Order: sequence, then structure tokens, then C-alpha cells
Amino acid sequence: MRYFIRRFLFFLLTLWAAVTLNFLIPRMQPGDPAQAIVSKLTGQNAAVDPAQLAAVRSMLGTPNGNFFQQYLDYLGNLLTLNFGLSYSYYPYSVLHMVGQALLWTVLLVGVTQIIGFVVGTLLGTYAAWKRNSFVDTILSVGLSFVGTLPFFWIALLLLFIFSFVLGWLPAAGGYGETAVPGFTWQYIGDILYHSILPAVAILITAPIGWVLGMRNNMIQTLREDYTRLAQAKGLKPWKVAVFYSARNAILPNVTGFAISLGGILGGVVLVETVFDYPGMGRLLFEAVGNKDYPLMQALFLFTTVGVLIANLIADVLYGFLDPRVRKGAQA
Amino acid sequence: MDSPQMDMPKFRRKKGSLSDETSLDNQPALAGTNQGTTPLTAMPGALPDDHQPATRQKLQEIPAPGESVRDDVAASSTRARFRTPEWFQIVWSNNKARVGIIMLAFFVLVAIFAPWIAPYDPQDSTFLGAQAPSWQHWLGTTQAGQDVFSQLIYGTRTSLIVGALAGLLATFLALIIGMTAGYLQGWVDDVLSFFINLGLVIPALPLMISIAAYAPVRGITIIIFVIGLTGWAWGARFKRAQVISLRTRDYITAAKFAGDGPFRIIFKEVMPNMMSLVVLSYISAANGAIGAEAGLEFLGLGDPNTVSWGTMLYWANNGGALVTGQWAWLIAPGLALAFLTTALVLINFGVDALSNPQLREE
Repeated sequence: MRYFIRRFLFFLLTLWAAVTLNFLIPRMQPGDPAQAIVSKLTGQNAAVDPAQLAAVRSMLGTPNGNFFQQYLDYLGNLLTLNFGLSYSYYPYSVLHMVGQALLWTVLLVGVTQIIGFVVGTLLGTYAAWKRNSFVDTILSVGLSFVGTLPFFWIALLLLFIFSFVLGWLPAAGGYGETAVPGFTWQYIGDILYHSILPAVAILITAPIGWVLGMRNNMIQTLREDYTRLAQAKGLKPWKVAVFYSARNAILPNVTGFAISLGGILGGVVLVETVFDYPGMGRLLFEAVGNKDYPLMQALFLFTTVGVLIANLIADVLYGFLDPRVRKGAQA
Repeated sequence: MDSPQMDMPKFRRKKGSLSDETSLDNQPALAGTNQGTTPLTAMPGALPDDHQPATRQKLQEIPAPGESVRDDVAASSTRARFRTPEWFQIVWSNNKARVGIIMLAFFVLVAIFAPWIAPYDPQDSTFLGAQAPSWQHWLGTTQAGQDVFSQLIYGTRTSLIVGALAGLLATFLALIIGMTAGYLQGWVDDVLSFFINLGLVIPALPLMISIAAYAPVRGITIIIFVIGLTGWAWGARFKRAQVISLRTRDYITAAKFAGDGPFRIIFKEVMPNMMSLVVLSYISAANGAIGAEAGLEFLGLGDPNTVSWGTMLYWANNGGALVTGQWAWLIAPGLALAFLTTALVLINFGVDALSNPQLREE
């Protein structure tokens, strides 16, 4: 129980830190941040758009209040989920825009990461079990190289080959222009059709970390006494590999899964941008391009909170999977 | 081995294997470098610390990773002072690392001699735009009419500089934070560990994007700072773990009794014994920086008028390389990035062998 409480406290603390960081980033520049942002928005001499000014003000809080007052206002706005209006998508609110993009990204990342994790762990298990075999060499050397390929570049190549040269798959968007949104097979099929390329782009690199990590862990656990015992008992080799070695080797991968999520989301921003996929990554890209700071801040916050929640879930899961952590209460 | 270490294995193993996997995990995303010689040349001076070999001999019985190697290195580098340094022989004797060093040397040479190698000025846009590869333009021309091959050559400089400097900044922060946390422990460690964990979980690229978006100017300097300031957490985590395993060694206790202060001990006693780890994480950080730089510039957060592999891909994507079918413009920068990253990853196999004799190849 102590373990879970500690993890939850850590979650709350990181959440607070992330929220505060989000508050501080726009204020790190010298001078009045609101003024600086507005002048950046409008260029040197152009007139200030009142809607933009209002949005910046509501994002940054009352400019006259002191720093602490602004911070309290900011926290209050967060609790009521008031992120102001997006000025590149005026008159929509920031929350509305984030809400529209959220599900796309969660589905894309969720599905690809789970597939990547399962496939990667299985391949890693196999590679470690058949260590130094042909398959193992191909897997560990080949994947190491594929892993160095830039994420967004793979996406660009796929786009080039499959949409522009072969014309098999759509080049952009999350669904076709003629598609009627709704809970119909046609619409869902259309979404799947459009998500093939972004998903494949992520899936090419997604399992690599798990293959190599699992292989390393399992080479360790294959040497452990309990593995030897299982072999001595005369169990079938694959049973030993799966139920004794792999089972223990998988543990570090579970925490690794959560921690790597932050890095993965960076890649997703790039992939979504390449495929013009209507998720949070592309929205972030557009918000930066349009200097839509309220939207940008909210997207950063949502992304971070999402990763933190995923971490909390992984920590809790880890506690159930590995009783030693619960007993040791080592955080 | 005393108690703090005895009750650690369980905890440490989890950590250790995690970090193994992280370092591998980093490799896809990470990329980096410069004159990889800079970090390496920093080592020989740090290694043979005259008052240490004696203490260390005793420690050899303890099968601690990293320790016994250090002895060999320290002992024999005094002997072999006028020949090739021992550390270089070890790294070089690793086949993977040798390939990596040769590849990196190639990139460094290309960067230094870019003006002589490149057939044209990379910014010269007087050529016919959007041309396919030809004898005049090996990789074709951009939409604006610049020579892609010349841009590729000059782009090497940007990647190497960003990798070197951002990696240096990140490693410097990681060293200070990780070593202080690991050595001092107590509440200082609690606070710093919290920041390390925070740095690990916060999605790096979105963070870099938000910071870069507020920057008053666009350009390579700001990118170096953003990457350096956000990229230290992995390194700090490694170093903290390493210091925790080193801090109870006899020679540290000896230094404490001799009246050395914590910072003197950290930098004079602990750090020389983890140089290979520092180099390892420097190369990883540089690798990450090169990847991050390309990503940021691809998103248009760099100065689109500088020549780099990231901006090349930015222009290729926005300038219609996909539509016009200019595969060379699209493929070349990505492959260059991948090869540079691979070179650094390969070198790290050799650096790894410095501290882990099991990984050495005879």
C-alpha cells in the first residue's frame, strides 16, 4: 500500500510541477510577457487584433496583478478548464480544439504502442531464446540500424512511396473529404484506411526498443537459477523460456513503456504533421505556425498530463506485477 | 561490499536493466556528435590519478563492473604514455566502434572541407529549380534552384556543431545534477531526483517546441540551448546511479578522512572513475541533439534560411519534393542523419567496452 501511496504522491507532485512549468515558459522572456507576445503577433507596426489581445490576456492572467496573483488565476482557470479562446480557430475555445484532436492521437498512439510493445516483446523473447542464431543477428543488427532512421523521415518516405508514387493510400487527413462523420462502418473504414500510413510509420520503429530491451533482460534471466531449475525439472524449452525467463524479463519493459511515452509523443507530433493527421501533434504544429500561444500551452499541458497519467498507470501495474516493489517500498 | 550495496541489487537490477533498455531506446530517437575526439581526448588526463592505483589494487577482488578495467587502464596508461593511449586501443579494437570512428571521421572531414568538396555555394539559387539528379547536380536541385548535394555537404556542419554543443551542455547539466544527487543523498538527492524524474517524463519535443516558439529569434544558437536545457535527464539518471555505486568505495572514504570536501571528492575522486560513462552519455546526448535539431527544423522552428539536414527536409516537404518526385532531395538528408547516428551508436559500443571487459573483442 505504501508503494501505491508514494507513486500517487509522486504523480501529484509531477503534475503540479508540469502545470507550473507550463505557467513559467511564456514568462521566461524579458519584459511583460503579454506585451511581448502581442508585439510578436502583430509585427512592428501593425494594429493589434483585440481578439488576440483578449486571448493572450486570458492565457496570461491579469497583467496588472503580481506574479503570484497571476499564478493563482492560472491555477483557477485550469481547475475550471478555462483555457481561453484559440485565436487561430476563433471563435472556438482552446478546450474545444484540444477535445477534437485528443481522441485521434490517443487512438493512434494507443493502438500502435500496444501492438509495438507486444510484437517487440515477443521478438525480443525469441531473439534471446535463440541467442546468436541467424534470426537473432538479423533482428539485433538490422533493428539497431532501422532505429537510427529519423522518425519523420520514415514517414515522409512512406508518404512518398505509397501515396505519391504508387497511389495506394491517401496522402493526408484522418478521413476522406466526402466521408459523413457518424458511427457507420463506412466512416470507420475510412478512418482506418487513412490511418494505415501514420500507424505503419510509427510501427516501424515502435517495437525496436522493446526487442532490444527484452533481449537484454532475458539474456540475464536465462542465466538465473530459477531458469536452471525449470530446465532441470524437464520442462519443454519453450515453456521455460516463456513462463520462467520471459515472465521475469518483461518487468523492466513495463516501466520502460511508460517512461518512453514522452519520447514517443515527440515522434507522433512529427508523424501527424507529415500525414496531416487531425491529432494533437498536428494541432501543436499549427498552433506554433499561427503563433496561437493559448492553444500551444494547452496542448503542451494536455500532452504532459497524458504522459503522467500513463506513468501512474504503469507504476500501479508494476506494483501488482512485481510484489517485491510493494514490499520494498522503494520508489 | 557494505550494506548499502548489499540491499541494492534488487532495486539496482531493475534500474540497471531499465537503463540498458533506455540507452537502446535512445538510439533510435537520439543522434549526435561533433569531433567525437573532444570528449575522448579529455580522458587520458583524467585517468591516471597517481594516488589511486594502490587503493584500487585491493578493490580488484570486488567484481564491480568498471572498476577492474579502470585499473588496467590506469596502470598501463602510465606505461604506455608515449604510445597510442590505452583507452583508444580498447575502443579501436572493437569492430563496431572502429567502423563508427571511421564513419564519424568521414563526416568530420566533410564538414571541415565542405567549401572544397561542395561543387556549388549551397545558397546559390541561380540554377533551374526542381531538377532531377544529373551530372551537374548529383542530387538534383531544390524548388528554389539550389544544389541539393552542396546543401547536404554543408548541412553536415550544422548537425555536427549542434550535436557537439547541445550534447556538451546537456552532459554538463547531467554531470552536476546527477553527481550531486548521487553523492550527497538525503534531501538534496530527493529534490534533484524529483527533477530528474520530471525531466524524464515530460515529453521532450513538445517542451522544446513550446520553448522555441517563444524565442525572440530563430536560429541554431537557440536550438542548441533548448536541446541542451531539456536533454540532461537521462544522463543525470545514469550518473546518479553510478555515483551511488561508487560512493562507498574505500578510496572515497579515505579521501573523506583526509578532509576533502564533497565537491573535491566528486570531481577528483568519483569522476575520473566514471569517465567512460560520461563519454558514453555525452555521445548519446549529442546523438539525441542531432535528431532533435532535425525534428525542430523540420517543423519550421529553426531558421529556414540556414543550411542543415533538418531544413533540407523542411523545404523538401514544403517545396513539393513529394509531388515532383524528387526522391534524391528527400532521401539524402535522412540517410545522412541515419548514418551519422549509426556512427555514434557504434562508437558507443566501444566506449561501453572500456568499462565492461566482458564486451571487449580480442
